[in-house]
Amino acid sequence: MRVTQGTFSHLPDLTDDEITKQIAYALERGWPCSVEFTDDPHPRNSYWEMWGLPMFDLTDPAGVLYEVNECRKAYPSLYVRLNAYDARYGRQTTALQFIVQRPAEEPGFRLEREETSDRRVRYRIHPYALDRPQGERYS
Amino acid sequence: MSAGRWSAGVIPYAEMGYWRPDYQPKDSDILAAFRITPQPGVPPEEAGAAVAGESSTATWTVVWTDRLTSYENYQAKCYRVEPVPGQEGQFIAYIAYDLDLFEEGSIANLTSSIIGNVFGFKALKALRLEDMRIPPHYVKTFQGPAHGVVMEREYLGKFGRPLLGATVKPKLGLSARNYGRVVYEALRGGLDFTKDDENINSQPFMRWRDRFLYCMEGVNKAQAASGEIKGHYLNVTAGTMEDMYERAEFARDLGSVIVMIDLTIGYTAIQSMAKWARANGVLLHLHRAGHSTYTRQKTHGVSFRVIAKWMRLAGVDHIHAGTVVGKLEGDPNSVAGFYDTLRQDKIAADPVKGLYFDQDWASMPGVMPVASGGIHAGQMHQLLHYLDEDVILQFGGGTIGHPMGIAAGAAANRVALEAMIKARNEGRDFLAEGSDILRAAAKHSRELDVALATWGDITFTYESTDTPDVVETPVSV
Repeated sequence: MRVTQGTFSHLPDLTDDEITKQIAYALERGWPCSVEFTDDPHPRNSYWEMWGLPMFDLTDPAGVLYEVNECRKAYPSLYVRLNAYDARYGRQTTALQFIVQRPAEEPGFRLEREETSDRRVRYRIHPYALDRPQGERYS
Repeated sequence: MSAGRWSAGVIPYAEMGYWRPDYQPKDSDILAAFRITPQPGVPPEEAGAAVAGESSTATWTVVWTDRLTSYENYQAKCYRVEPVPGQEGQFIAYIAYDLDLFEEGSIANLTSSIIGNVFGFKALKALRLEDMRIPPHYVKTFQGPAHGVVMEREYLGKFGRPLLGATVKPKLGLSARNYGRVVYEALRGGLDFTKDDENINSQPFMRWRDRFLYCMEGVNKAQAASGEIKGHYLNVTAGTMEDMYERAEFARDLGSVIVMIDLTIGYTAIQSMAKWARANGVLLHLHRAGHSTYTRQKTHGVSFRVIAKWMRLAGVDHIHAGTVVGKLEGDPNSVAGFYDTLRQDKIAADPVKGLYFDQDWASMPGVMPVASGGIHAGQMHQLLHYLDEDVILQFGGGTIGHPMGIAAGAAANRVALEAMIKARNEGRDFLAEGSDILRAAAKHSRELDVALATWGDITFTYESTDTPDVVETPVSV
């Protein structure tokens, strides 16, 4: 399966050149970029690990791409995403977020159903990768 | 005030203090712009004063009991009347209302005052409430959107693009089990939301509880298949508040991220559901069922931009606000005015967009507008151009009618959308190059390729009836 979180998950994976253009778009608008990675793609996992702090003062797209590649090198088998943040008054939230690396094989999610009373079902989504300990999930 | 003001009998409203060309509206006044069409022989100032009078303190004759009050505070004041360019016999009357005239946090009270009595008034041939200025003093007495645009995006984990939805079709007749199939297919194919239609409540062919159970099976299966948060707008519209609460609580207990109501349930019921939605962490979608009966004709009723303001105050998270390019009424300039009203914090008056007043929302969160009705993937560049990013694009027929199936229709829409956002961000002139961008994206998506072949040339080019006065030629898109 293919996890389709993020702005461009239904397109072919973006090349470095295409990623750089998206970074440039964000920086032109004054949106600082940040890089995050995870081995837990559960859609309610809001807090992927931060690859350093948001790059508030970095205005060169090549510099941001450098950090993307450093993170990819450090965690070649995990999910890596790029965020652009809009700190404008009244907004103050993520403006753009897309996956820039994904595991070669994505095992996906198990849907667990617990049948309760009156035909109600309690649902739970479980990432198969989490069945293995951290560090061995996508090796 | 002359002694004649208090003589028993009937005297013109203008002479009773409701026409005050010298009046400077206060920052805390609620302002209204009415389009008035007076009967022959009625001066426009008198007609404007009559509207001010009948929507505040006046009745048809002089009453001595006015003198027991500080009536000048409670009288609405018509402070300006302007002829409408190019429309003989029509005028815009500007009326100021003191804040004291209204109960805090009550759309029902606001509307009973402003539109409660005046629309049947014989001295007017026609009347339309065009716009209102709601001052921050009054804005702050309302809850506002249960979540708002920012919170919704964070809750769903979806950023940087419009959201995608589809209304399950056919609207009527599907069994609950078949209905849930459409939900599952559309969501796993790539949509963020599916939707009950306005008239899907709890009919003999499908009762609400059965529908909710099967829809949530579809939603959860699609979440597992995609790793994304998905939702189905479960319509909880019912005959009583008790029934609506029962349905909304059931939807919440099943884990639905969103419920839906129709405009037909009434303003107070909408406010109650907004309060419930905030307390229970469930997004609230509003379908504007019935609004065209009073929003569409230019000389009569209430403009949708006013309904949009009332609904932002009332506290919905989503509201249908027009597509520009689809099958339903929607002049591009007017729709831009609706979208600004729903999404922005401070909005400047702009006659081109039909906005008569500055509006300051005092940090009240924005409402997500929904574009629905006769739109398809081949219009993606136009939709993004006219409606921008904070919008939900709903392709009902444009998803479910795809020759390769519902999931393929959903995928086509999602690929088209992401390709257009990517091109826009890369700095391309996506409106001019839209067709090229879509064709290029279709090379790696057979679903999009087939969608473009099926609907590529479909357009609905009719002139709109509800257009701003300053724009001389209605725009066809």
